[in-house]
Amino acid sequence: MAILEVNGLKVYFHTRNGVVKAVDDVSFSVDRGETLAIVGESGSGKSVTCYSLLDLLPKPPARIEGGTALFDGKDLLACSASEMRQHRCNDIAVIFQDPMTSLNPFLTIGEQLIEPLIYHPDRSQIQTRVEAKRTAVALLDEVGIIDSHARFDCYPHEFSGGMRQRVMIAMALITEPKLLICDEPTTALDVTIQAQILRLIKKLQETRNVAVIFISHDLGVVAGIADKVLVMCDGTIRETGGTDDLFYRTQNEYTKKLLAAIPEGAKTLPHRAKSDEILIEVTHLKTYFRNQLNTNNSEENRYIKAVDDVSLEIARGEILGLVGESGSGKSTLGRSILQLAPTTEGSVKFSGQTLTGLTAKQLVPWRRKMQMIFQDPYASLNPRMTVFETLSEPLLYHGIATWTTIASQVKQLMDDVGLSQAQLRKYPHEFSGGQRQRIAIGRAIATKPEFIIADEPVSALDVTIQAQILDLILELVERHNLTMMFISHDLSVVRYISDRVVIMNRGVIVEQGDTETLWAAPKEAYTKELLAAIPLADPAAERKRIANI
Amino acid sequence: MADAIEDHGTSLWKDAWIKLSKNRLALFGLAVLIMLIATSLLTPLIAPYGYETQNLNMGATAPSLQHWLGTDIFGRDMLTRIMYGGRVSLMVGFIATAVALVIGILWGAIAGFFGGRLDAIMMRIVDVLYALPFMIFIILLMVVFGRNILLLFLAIGAVEWLTMARIVRSQVMALRNQEFVEAANSLGLSQWTIIRRHIIPNTLGPVIVYTTLTIPSVMLLEAFLSFLGLGIQPPESSWGLLINYGVETMEEFPWLLIFPGIALSLTLFALNFLGDGLRDALDPRTSKD
Repeated sequence: MAILEVNGLKVYFHTRNGVVKAVDDVSFSVDRGETLAIVGESGSGKSVTCYSLLDLLPKPPARIEGGTALFDGKDLLACSASEMRQHRCNDIAVIFQDPMTSLNPFLTIGEQLIEPLIYHPDRSQIQTRVEAKRTAVALLDEVGIIDSHARFDCYPHEFSGGMRQRVMIAMALITEPKLLICDEPTTALDVTIQAQILRLIKKLQETRNVAVIFISHDLGVVAGIADKVLVMCDGTIRETGGTDDLFYRTQNEYTKKLLAAIPEGAKTLPHRAKSDEILIEVTHLKTYFRNQLNTNNSEENRYIKAVDDVSLEIARGEILGLVGESGSGKSTLGRSILQLAPTTEGSVKFSGQTLTGLTAKQLVPWRRKMQMIFQDPYASLNPRMTVFETLSEPLLYHGIATWTTIASQVKQLMDDVGLSQAQLRKYPHEFSGGQRQRIAIGRAIATKPEFIIADEPVSALDVTIQAQILDLILELVERHNLTMMFISHDLSVVRYISDRVVIMNRGVIVEQGDTETLWAAPKEAYTKELLAAIPLADPAAERKRIANI
Repeated sequence: MADAIEDHGTSLWKDAWIKLSKNRLALFGLAVLIMLIATSLLTPLIAPYGYETQNLNMGATAPSLQHWLGTDIFGRDMLTRIMYGGRVSLMVGFIATAVALVIGILWGAIAGFFGGRLDAIMMRIVDVLYALPFMIFIILLMVVFGRNILLLFLAIGAVEWLTMARIVRSQVMALRNQEFVEAANSLGLSQWTIIRRHIIPNTLGPVIVYTTLTIPSVMLLEAFLSFLGLGIQPPESSWGLLINYGVETMEEFPWLLIFPGIALSLTLFALNFLGDGLRDALDPRTSKD
């Protein structure tokens, strides 16, 4: 029998601008020991669906307009606030996306773990601190926290992101729930950590026989973990079915579109005739930051070596992929090349001219030749400038346009990045993430640069939008004969776009080579591990891959 | 060319004006303020009596046809005194706040944006000035330079900018690491251009709110200083001073308190409406309708 059975769920948001049907007539069921994945792009209603079951939505503006959600035969949508607390405490647990913000930084993780046990709403079930601690430590062991007894008294900031997510999982499981809701539990994590966490969730689910609802936008992750998949878009279910059926035999147009948008396989564009001219030459570059935390330590720990003795060359017309996990120094390397971060040692040459050591004023003419595209299209545009102002600023500042020609030049830029001219007067918040990234790309190509560094330009975007932006970047590189360094943690994206790849870890280059050669035969252990951790959007292959790790 | 100019069209300030002109309350506030300022400017021409004209025989009388707002204990016309008082109060309010605004925003923006040692030095100066007892500071100024109304504005402004600088600095420090500032850097924009175009406009929300709070507090500060004999002296007047005297005789001659009180409150209401309107208008995220 299904542990949870949702029928005709409708959740509407009543906003000033009218009613938004966030969830519209959604039905599904989950059995014990089964994993249901809910897949969809942002705004599809996948999180709202789950939060409405637990009464975690802000009301107003949200209102549940209809439907039932039978959990063990009782309707969750109809139960009182205190019954709901019982459910949350005993039966249903949630793991949130961001392990950095979902733990209280002022309490030790132990204190947070035992909270539901020692403040249980049902007085008969309250445990003593000693009992609760014993349970919690055992659980920390189970989720793979080493030295769990000592770590019990540590604060969240003393754990890495992956470890925090393990703590979150322990927290979710401590009340022995029957249903576990995971809301993008690995999205904020590095790919090797993601693989570990997914394996952990799978293992715990099998040993405890809990039902799991797994919300994700990543079809690769879903392929490996789900038994059933629910595809949502605009608040409605587009398709539901067994994982294999859905991946291999889907008839649904939207699902097909999602699957097609996953960057897979080698670069589709032919390699351009690579010129022999070296455009960017980085030699023995070091960028150190003063370590703010350990001031009294030895010489060794005084600095954080974000970039430690890196040398590389980029030929004109080449797209170089720079891959690394968080903290590998890949972004700092990018910023150091552009002289946006102060370098400690070594040199950066741009077509023969040494940039390191130049003053800000001397750099100005070089700045227009090298530009950057940033990760977060919500933070990289000034919220108080219209698109016109944002795009005209570089043109006017560098004297590329005059007041008489500026209008037509900005319109040309809008055309280049595929935006309508009617939108020139709008502010960034009036655009979607993909459109904002187009504006940011427009700003970067406005000065007609020769070299662009793209720092994770698509990782904040939905998969279908991601594909469009990647294609736009490739098209622009082609048309304007750009040289590009493409920084990303996502190996599939890098493989799709780059001619050559550099792998970084802990501030140093681990391995570099032509993309396909490196994919086919990685030499270093770290590269192999990285490549092995990529989730594949192919259930059979993905299950095999997980089994092999 | 005409086409080009039209295309440049909208900017934050133009949009703000369009939005403000649709906000009835803010327009009402603006209208009241303009009226008050116009009255103050024209006071010497339109005041019904002289501000020093006494009529000791008459003493305090309730509002009548001759004296619309009554007279004070010296038989001076209250309407006239409130009009003259408004000149001083509004001037103190606006000039001192403007001084605070300009110094505070620049100081805070520079300290917050450049950070490091410069920030440390600039903020320690702020700390030192904070620690200075305000009264002693003013008294010293008055003793050294003599009692002078302009000096009073400067002195108040010189104290009020400290808080403004701190507010702006904390805003700027959060903005400094935003990607759009880095993007501006990578375009090679000069530091001053970045501060002016990308940093300051994004600090405006809290600055406007704080400004609308500063103007009334500055007006009351003037009243307090005047009451101590450090500011305006009778027979000249200001709203704060009139209210102070009005409080003393509240039970016998309530109109001496009520009318200056209404004038001050009206200004504050108008300022708050306008301030709220401005804050919304300068935030593109609020809708244009």
